[in-house]
Amino acid sequence: MEGRSLADETQSNPLAGESSGAPLEPVAPAPGSAADPRSDKGREKERKKLEKLQRKAEKKADKAAEKAEPAEATEGSSDKPEEEPKREGRLARLRFSKKKDMPGGLWLKCESCSQVIFRKELEEKGRVCPSCGFHFTVPGKERIRMTLDEGSFREHFADIEALDRLQFMDAQPYAEKVRRATERSGQKEALLCGLGTILGRPVVLAILDFNFMGGSMGEVVGEKIALAAELAVREKRPLLIFTSSGGARMHEGILSLMQMAKTCAALQTLNENGGFSICVMTHPTTGGVTASFASITDLILAEPGALIGFAGPRVIATTLKVELPPGFQRAEFLLERGMIDAIVKRSEMRETIAKFIDYSKGARVSHGGGALRPKGRS
Amino acid sequence: MPSCTATCDPARPPRPPPAVSETQRTESTTPGLAFERPIEEIESQIAELESLSLSTRLDISSEIEALKARLRETIHKTYSDLSAWERVNVARHQKRPVANDYIQEILDDFVELHGDRAFGDDRAIVTGFATMEDWRFLLVAHRKGRTTKERMETNFGCAHPEGYRKALRKMKLAEKLGLPILCMINTPGAYPGIGAEERGQAMAIAENILAMMTLRVPIVVVVVGEGGSGGALGIGVGDRVLMMEHAYYSVISPEGCAAILWKDGERSPEAAEALRLTSKDLIELGVVDEVIREPLGGAHRAPSVAMNEVRRVLLRNLRELGQVPIDELLLRRRKKYRRIAEIPGRFPRVL
Repeated sequence: MEGRSLADETQSNPLAGESSGAPLEPVAPAPGSAADPRSDKGREKERKKLEKLQRKAEKKADKAAEKAEPAEATEGSSDKPEEEPKREGRLARLRFSKKKDMPGGLWLKCESCSQVIFRKELEEKGRVCPSCGFHFTVPGKERIRMTLDEGSFREHFADIEALDRLQFMDAQPYAEKVRRATERSGQKEALLCGLGTILGRPVVLAILDFNFMGGSMGEVVGEKIALAAELAVREKRPLLIFTSSGGARMHEGILSLMQMAKTCAALQTLNENGGFSICVMTHPTTGGVTASFASITDLILAEPGALIGFAGPRVIATTLKVELPPGFQRAEFLLERGMIDAIVKRSEMRETIAKFIDYSKGARVSHGGGALRPKGRS
Repeated sequence: MPSCTATCDPARPPRPPPAVSETQRTESTTPGLAFERPIEEIESQIAELESLSLSTRLDISSEIEALKARLRETIHKTYSDLSAWERVNVARHQKRPVANDYIQEILDDFVELHGDRAFGDDRAIVTGFATMEDWRFLLVAHRKGRTTKERMETNFGCAHPEGYRKALRKMKLAEKLGLPILCMINTPGAYPGIGAEERGQAMAIAENILAMMTLRVPIVVVVVGEGGSGGALGIGVGDRVLMMEHAYYSVISPEGCAAILWKDGERSPEAAEALRLTSKDLIELGVVDEVIREPLGGAHRAPSVAMNEVRRVLLRNLRELGQVPIDELLLRRRKKYRRIAEIPGRFPRVL
């Protein structure tokens, strides 16, 4: 080899690149960990701090981030606040920004327009920024509530659990990590799936929940996507998928990568059986999820402002050592370049999906379909 | 079914490197290849003695023979117990055979086909009609160069969306013509860049995976060096997935994994171990079907031997797959991927 030559360096960069684009797990928020130190500091102090953050240069923001949330340096280490006192600036910043859609403090900053928002207001508005309309990541169960007709959801395959087949060990065993994520979220895996109706139209719904290990795809997530596709074949219902994911789950190694092929195989079976599938990519959808089932459904929709890509922006910026153009990898960017079918606002999601399902029934309006009037909630 | 082809006789002496050149000695002392240093020392000693015996006409053949025996022993000892990280470095070895070497060494004919007819011709993936003995097929291979210039040209084996789309276009042509497809994987990963994202890197890979599930010709995949994540899988769906002994195949590079888990690239060796990315691990997990043995000391030590072993195994696989009716083959392929690496009975059945 040529030592630490140019060739080697450039070669290993894309490596690190794509991969961390794939499993973004460590930046996953730690949902439900109510121990956010900010909550008892008082609004005024909090607000000041955040406003300061807004103005400060990036570097300073990092430090503030570290101070503000030292207790959650890495995913699953919330009980070991001293574990990582010194973090690299860039990583810290990313982690901090991802945490903004976590339950916890009273105030948070919109990652799109940087406006400081009252958390409660955000939740009341379906997690859409009141100032710029940015669509925040929605926890899986909340997504079910806002998508399906009330009380129509019947969950399937809720008991399938992850296995630590690689005996993967970093700060703690993978099995322990999963156990904690399960405790925090009250669900056994990142994928929730089942049957339900949207404005009276039956669907099979699969939701990839970013709040469970960054929505990363391991064996169980892959299997449940495949099972959902097969359920759609059996029940003759459209398959509706919502994604938010950092990509493949590193802790399951090559088995995670194989889920890309597995999910595609199952979706092909759905296609051959005349099934209809829609994927809604929500913020953020990257890595192995974008590069497999999410990109091969009949329709690909996205929520406004959603980050969608193969490699994460941080990875690209580090690899190329350039500033990324504004709006890069956002839903609008993808739409402009012809990669997705439509951008749909959260407030119009139910009606739009119902309409698409009606179109999938064929030419005669009398065949299926029905009122598009929202029932109960918009 | 997972099996191991033991063909390269491990006792067979490695072909003496054609005069261990100065370059080789300096090149391979890369940090990751430190374990090769004792081997290289003996190799250089042999070379010195050989040139000495040539110039002085002294008979020192017994000394040379003794050294050669020691060399074999050292290589054997080193290579029978390589760590995962060492294997990764062997897979990236600069002298390891790359696509162009295979094209020259094991193909009887090759006609390159360029371009995706939409955007461009990605040099990181080479496609073309190939002949090997009595088999015609389509070759789709990641292309990595050896010299710095070649490496720049081929973008270090990191393909753009147009590369994957070129592969797909040619594979559809192969399907139409009834030519089997051979995919040769050797990439650190698909390229993470602005242009790649703009042109839909993820979509291109996803579409390839989907399309390869249904191509009505046999597909043989062989991982010859680096199997880098989605970039590998983008041309990596097949009826048989083979892997060379010292190749690796992983969801993420050890460097990337270490950077994410520990924010420390120095811990790549640990990450390599944890990821279970060696051929032995993959056969155990049921992800690859067959491991192709390499000559003692790795493919870079005897490239021709290694490549001809690949040829032999490929021909056997082409023959075997050629006997299966295509509908049966497609059913098997679908089932293979739907149940890949699954522990029997773990998941419920719907269909």
